[in-house]
Amino acid sequence: MNWNSLLIWPSNVALSLLALFLLATVLLYAARRQMHGVIHALCHMVASSMRVASRWLFLSADTVRERNRMVLLAQGESEASAHIEREFERIANIVRKDLQEYPSLQRKLMEEVTRIEDDYRRCGEVPPPPPEWVQALESVSQIKSGGDIPRKLLEDIHKSVQKIHDKTVAEFRRSYEERHKILKSLMPTWRSVSKSMEEMDKKMISLETNGKQIDDHMSKYESMRAKDNKAEHALTVSGFVQFAISGLVMVIAMGGAFINFKLIALPMSEMVGASDYITNNLKTSDVAALVIILMEASMGLFLLESLRITSLFPRIASMDDRMRHRLMLAALVFLIILACIESSLALMRDMLIADKASLMRDLSSSAPPAQESGLLTHIPMAGQMIMGFVLPFALAFVAIPLESAVHSMRTVLGSLTVQFMRALGFLCRLIGVAFRRLARVLEMTYDITIVIPLLIERMVGASGFSLSDKSHQPKTGRAS
Amino acid sequence: MIKNSLLVALAILATLASSGCGDGRAHSQAVYMLVDTSGTYAQESSKAVKIVSYLLATLNPGDSLAVAKVESRSFTEKDYVARVTFDNRPSHATEQKRAFKAKIEAFAKNTKGSAHTDITGGLLQGAEYLNETKAGIKTIVIFSDMEEDLDKGAVRDFPIHLDGIRIVALNVTKLGTDNADPRKYLDRLSRWEARVRKAGAADWVMINDLENNMDSILGRH
Repeated sequence: MNWNSLLIWPSNVALSLLALFLLATVLLYAARRQMHGVIHALCHMVASSMRVASRWLFLSADTVRERNRMVLLAQGESEASAHIEREFERIANIVRKDLQEYPSLQRKLMEEVTRIEDDYRRCGEVPPPPPEWVQALESVSQIKSGGDIPRKLLEDIHKSVQKIHDKTVAEFRRSYEERHKILKSLMPTWRSVSKSMEEMDKKMISLETNGKQIDDHMSKYESMRAKDNKAEHALTVSGFVQFAISGLVMVIAMGGAFINFKLIALPMSEMVGASDYITNNLKTSDVAALVIILMEASMGLFLLESLRITSLFPRIASMDDRMRHRLMLAALVFLIILACIESSLALMRDMLIADKASLMRDLSSSAPPAQESGLLTHIPMAGQMIMGFVLPFALAFVAIPLESAVHSMRTVLGSLTVQFMRALGFLCRLIGVAFRRLARVLEMTYDITIVIPLLIERMVGASGFSLSDKSHQPKTGRAS
Repeated sequence: MIKNSLLVALAILATLASSGCGDGRAHSQAVYMLVDTSGTYAQESSKAVKIVSYLLATLNPGDSLAVAKVESRSFTEKDYVARVTFDNRPSHATEQKRAFKAKIEAFAKNTKGSAHTDITGGLLQGAEYLNETKAGIKTIVIFSDMEEDLDKGAVRDFPIHLDGIRIVALNVTKLGTDNADPRKYLDRLSRWEARVRKAGAADWVMINDLENNMDSILGRH
């Protein structure tokens, strides 16, 4: 475009520009009211739209938050009730397995206590019979006439007493010995009683712990039922923590999957061809290796699902036990087959690498290849094979963090959506306020371009006549 | 459930189709190596074996390699020393590489010097071979001093077509006359460069330092 064509007098640029400036000023001054109106209307339109958008976003955020809250609390209630059910099941198991033996245990205890009492009674000390010869001795001592008779009597008595004493002492010792034996035989009974009591104690403590846990879960459940903010907050935090932990575990699992991929990508090229491409940059062998790994993960998922460790597929969870058992066996068999395939691929990889190394040696020199130690070369091969067999099973457990991530993702995404909507709402409101102020700024900017006519108008206005004001005034006749 | 699976499968197929299903040949390389056997240059055949070894070590399954000698008239199948398209399976490709190397070593031992040098004929045959392979990357490696000396009756002064082919001149040795007047050497090189570029070659590369610049043969810097 030639700018000279816009000039009134192309030979005199300055004069042409001045004339154009004056013309523009007059036109802009004449259109001042309309332009102000346009600026105001445009800015108002944008500001109003933004305000409406902001309000809608905030309302939507509240709705989404409320929905999230409902879902979160329902989810939390379901989880808490599942926990409570599980605790009750545990208590029922304890009661059924352990405390159903309580009557027999009590009987056993009572029998043992009775036995202990009997034995205790039996080992009581029997006092020796009172000496009957004491009275005879007293009678002999009262005989006043002397002679040998009393002496002989006393000697006979002494002898008899001595005999009786010896006999009594022997009897006393024997009975003590018997009592000691009885007491000794009591020891296992005491131990048995003590053991039974300890077992009882443990079971009671376990029951008490379960009871406390049920109390905790019940209090959580109640706060959820009451739609408590604290419970909602706790559930949200728990969701984020679960998401982060499961994400971390899944990243680790992805590292394992990557190693797995590296292990089988090369040998897969032997099976599906090294120079086949699915897309411009995607090798068929790489895709095949990836498919094997994904199949392993899927089989692991089905295995854990059929074992009821995870519950991602309601169809599997609702299957009857026989079918579920069959599915579990099928998944396990497939997983073992895939692990065997992977192990053999790892072996093939080692062979291919060795073959390539041998070729490189051949190409680089004509000397015969050096003989390597058999054991040392077999260690990496065995390692690769073991890794190839073990990694699919390790990968199978990725279903657990996956389930956790899927469940917690609803909470995380819901919270992030609410925050995003609020941020967007705030931004809209900010833009609305800015546009409301912008209208005034643009009006003033417009006035700067026509400052000379405005000054003239002000001067004329000061003398009592205003063109623009006059033009602004509504016609009273029409208004009425 | 089946309906959803079908939809997912269709979506994957559509994605693959839209991204352009890959042709295996488009990703492969084809290399045609011309080995000059004329005059004193025939003594350089041991270097040629090294280059072929490098190419064998570098090329992948699915790639193609041909080695042909430059003689008095080089536009003939008789000049092929060995040619192969490596199998898709790496283990088979390795066996093919071993056999190829054996052929090249046998050729290097029994090289007989030719009276004339027909590089243009070799280029024409190389272009024909490379176009037949339908490879994505095509390279002609010329192991020669680039001094063309045509036999009587050999007609080579017509436009040639080397569209999309990289031309790599290797071990371009200086002749006795070049030492006396280096302009001859430089003129010879610039003449060849102009000729191959005019013929539509994708690139012209000259490598004399074989110890350090081997990777430049296949454009891997």
